[in-house]
Amino acid sequence: MPHDPCTRPIDKSKLVSTLQSIVSKDAVLFEAEDLYPYECDGLSAYRKLPMLVVLPETIEQVQQILKHCHQENIPVVARGAGTGLSGGALPLEDGILLSLAKFNKILDINAEQRIARVQPGVRNLAISQAVDSHGLYYAPDPSSQIACTIGGNVAENSGGVHCLKYGLTVHNIQQLKIITIDGELLTIGASGLDSAGYDLLALMTGSEGMLAVIVEVSVKLLAKPERAQVILAAFDDVVKAGTAVGNIISAGIIPAGLEMMDKLAIKAAEDFVHAGYPTNAEAILLCELDGTNEEVSEHVLMVRKILNASGATEVRTAKDEDERILFWKGRKAAFPAVGRLAPDYYCMDGTIPRKRLPEVLKTMAELSREYNLPVANVFHAGDGNLHPLILYNANNEGELERTEEFGSKILELCIKVGGTITGEHGVGIEKINQMCVQFNALELTQFHAIKTAFDPLGLLNPGKAVPTLHRCAEFGAMHIHNGELPFPDLERF
Amino acid sequence: MNTSDISKELQDKVITASNKKTPLSIQGGATKSFYGRQTSAEILDTRDHQGIINYEPTELVITAHAGTKLSVIEQTLADNNQMLSFEPPAFGDAATIGGTIACNLSGPRRAYCGAARDYVLGTRLLNGKGEILSFGGEVMKNVAGYDVSRLVTGALGTLGVILDVSLKILPRPEAEITLAHQCTITEAFKKLNHWARSPLPISASCFTDAGMHIRLSGTEGTIKATKKIIGGDEINNSDHFWHSIKEQQHSFFNNDRNLWRLSVASNSKELSLNGKYLYEWAGALRWLLSDEPADKIYKMASSLGGHAILFRNQTANDNTFQPLPEALMKLHKNLKQSFDPYGILNPGRMYKDF
Repeated sequence: MPHDPCTRPIDKSKLVSTLQSIVSKDAVLFEAEDLYPYECDGLSAYRKLPMLVVLPETIEQVQQILKHCHQENIPVVARGAGTGLSGGALPLEDGILLSLAKFNKILDINAEQRIARVQPGVRNLAISQAVDSHGLYYAPDPSSQIACTIGGNVAENSGGVHCLKYGLTVHNIQQLKIITIDGELLTIGASGLDSAGYDLLALMTGSEGMLAVIVEVSVKLLAKPERAQVILAAFDDVVKAGTAVGNIISAGIIPAGLEMMDKLAIKAAEDFVHAGYPTNAEAILLCELDGTNEEVSEHVLMVRKILNASGATEVRTAKDEDERILFWKGRKAAFPAVGRLAPDYYCMDGTIPRKRLPEVLKTMAELSREYNLPVANVFHAGDGNLHPLILYNANNEGELERTEEFGSKILELCIKVGGTITGEHGVGIEKINQMCVQFNALELTQFHAIKTAFDPLGLLNPGKAVPTLHRCAEFGAMHIHNGELPFPDLERF
Repeated sequence: MNTSDISKELQDKVITASNKKTPLSIQGGATKSFYGRQTSAEILDTRDHQGIINYEPTELVITAHAGTKLSVIEQTLADNNQMLSFEPPAFGDAATIGGTIACNLSGPRRAYCGAARDYVLGTRLLNGKGEILSFGGEVMKNVAGYDVSRLVTGALGTLGVILDVSLKILPRPEAEITLAHQCTITEAFKKLNHWARSPLPISASCFTDAGMHIRLSGTEGTIKATKKIIGGDEINNSDHFWHSIKEQQHSFFNNDRNLWRLSVASNSKELSLNGKYLYEWAGALRWLLSDEPADKIYKMASSLGGHAILFRNQTANDNTFQPLPEALMKLHKNLKQSFDPYGILNPGRMYKDF
């Protein structure tokens, strides 16, 4: 039987003492004041107190905890640094929050093999820092890299600004140690470049804590490029900026990073960090080229030419490393910068085929007027990943609800133009209704079957990432797709 | 280009087979029928499900029906100065993109640019119940739902019949040259692992009886500069050489012993298994012609953190792929059950148990 909170009440005090016999006494938190720090992740609009928090520090302890939960039918939500933006680590009030914060050690750096073996609670940036002296780095760099953990990166298949050239988390890990809900420790992937059997490494990556708990990650390390150079181009029209992106790629160049910001985002970033952005521009592109010294020199010349030919009103190459860092600082600070414009902002994460950008931006501007909520656009232009930031004030009655509705319209627009509701932040609890639009009942049923193959009782992060068909039926009553009633075979209520 | 969509026909055949619980053997151009365990079942021919459905050079994406010939895709991309950068082996002109993805085989560029699975963006497939399902899509970043597209890549058709596949493509490098070095295998390993720690534009490496070959890819200027660092003699038939390695037409492969493929940690020492070796991927891929018993080879691969495949089999052998630990095998069976509850899709092609 799948987990059903109504079937059997859990005896909390008994559970606390069982867990205290597995981990040390102070590694089980159960008083309300100790639980508050865990009530939400980076998506703070959703909050819930867990029944209790447990902080194991060994693989054996995780095995025992999961075994016990399996035996007693207790749901478990795993959590890293809690920086996720989709509510994937939102606790359950009748469940255990399994914090992997104590798994924070780098276990081995093999420079010759270019692999680092780390515990899941190690921060993303800490890996690159630890291998820096070997001339190596870990490529995926989500904006939260200073705080987010590698275990969470694997669970969400995190990206960053260098994805187009260097890939997502799934392209940059080699081996995982995972523990299934019955307490079994498995090694998936290998020390070589591929492994026997199904590609479970890919299946685990981005599975949002639904299939197993990650207790060790071996990441691939890359040689640091000899040189990196960044070009800033300004445009008087976002469509021209979008066309310029296509022109760069058509010329056979894959930039290390290719970012776009619209007027509102430019202005906010400039006011915040003074990166020297042209605030009168409708859009700017930041194009980073890396590689050997010769390659970068050749490509800088080509890209400058293409940008000018694409109608850029200004093209600037960072004159030195300090200016390169400054150009990026503006982009990396875009979220907090926009955050200064309003009491709250809501960050979206759809991906679209790049050529559909003009109509998506146009529709988004119309929606912005309709909902009377400003939106700033920060865009991983190279790979089509949009981050519209909707500005709102949660203290204004009904504004959060209006923001969420606006957000879901944006996501559905992304699906309509052939894209997806999430490029790198994950579904979590936030986009679960839009999953009903992106996938049909058969596809969702296949996802549930995969979940069952790993976790037949449905104890790992229940209610996240993949909606039940009933949930979709309720949601679908409001949202009719292609004029058809979704899930016609389901009962309505 | 003409396309022909026979998904409905294929679906009917799968539904009939699932009703009758009779197994199907999914087949494209049959160029890789030697690969995997040998089974016999009614053939489900995908070749008439063919054609490029969508190709957007500036979006770096191509989508094609599974029966599209690999050569057609590669030519179309080459006409636009692009390529499949995992450099898949075809093993014959009839090879299809569906078979290529189902086998997840990648060529010399793999160690430097990634495998077939790294370039799969989306698939439409038929599961064992005859349901047509779409996963992933045509965009570079997509984390909605489990990554089923990559899961079916390399699953040898045991989880579903791939109908359509979307792949990320890359520009062809401006220039490529191959440098030959006379050295021992120990020296080659040392050099390759050293160079891999520097940002050099190496795109292939191979060690044979004739020594080490290194391919450089990039702009003219980069190649000129890198040649000075790496040294060696430029060969004049670079494309031909790598084609012969990828397609196993090199004289090394002209042999009647069992051909083993060992995928191990790149810095593993020389193996103590008797036989003849050819090395690729900076030492991470080792081809072995050998009469050593299968168990011994699997044990060796496993001790080096990797796995072995009996790639071309001269004698009947039940274990073509590295045996899985019990708990992992159980998960594989559960997953197979979740996609193909009646066990009709290529049963036994990967492992005897499913």
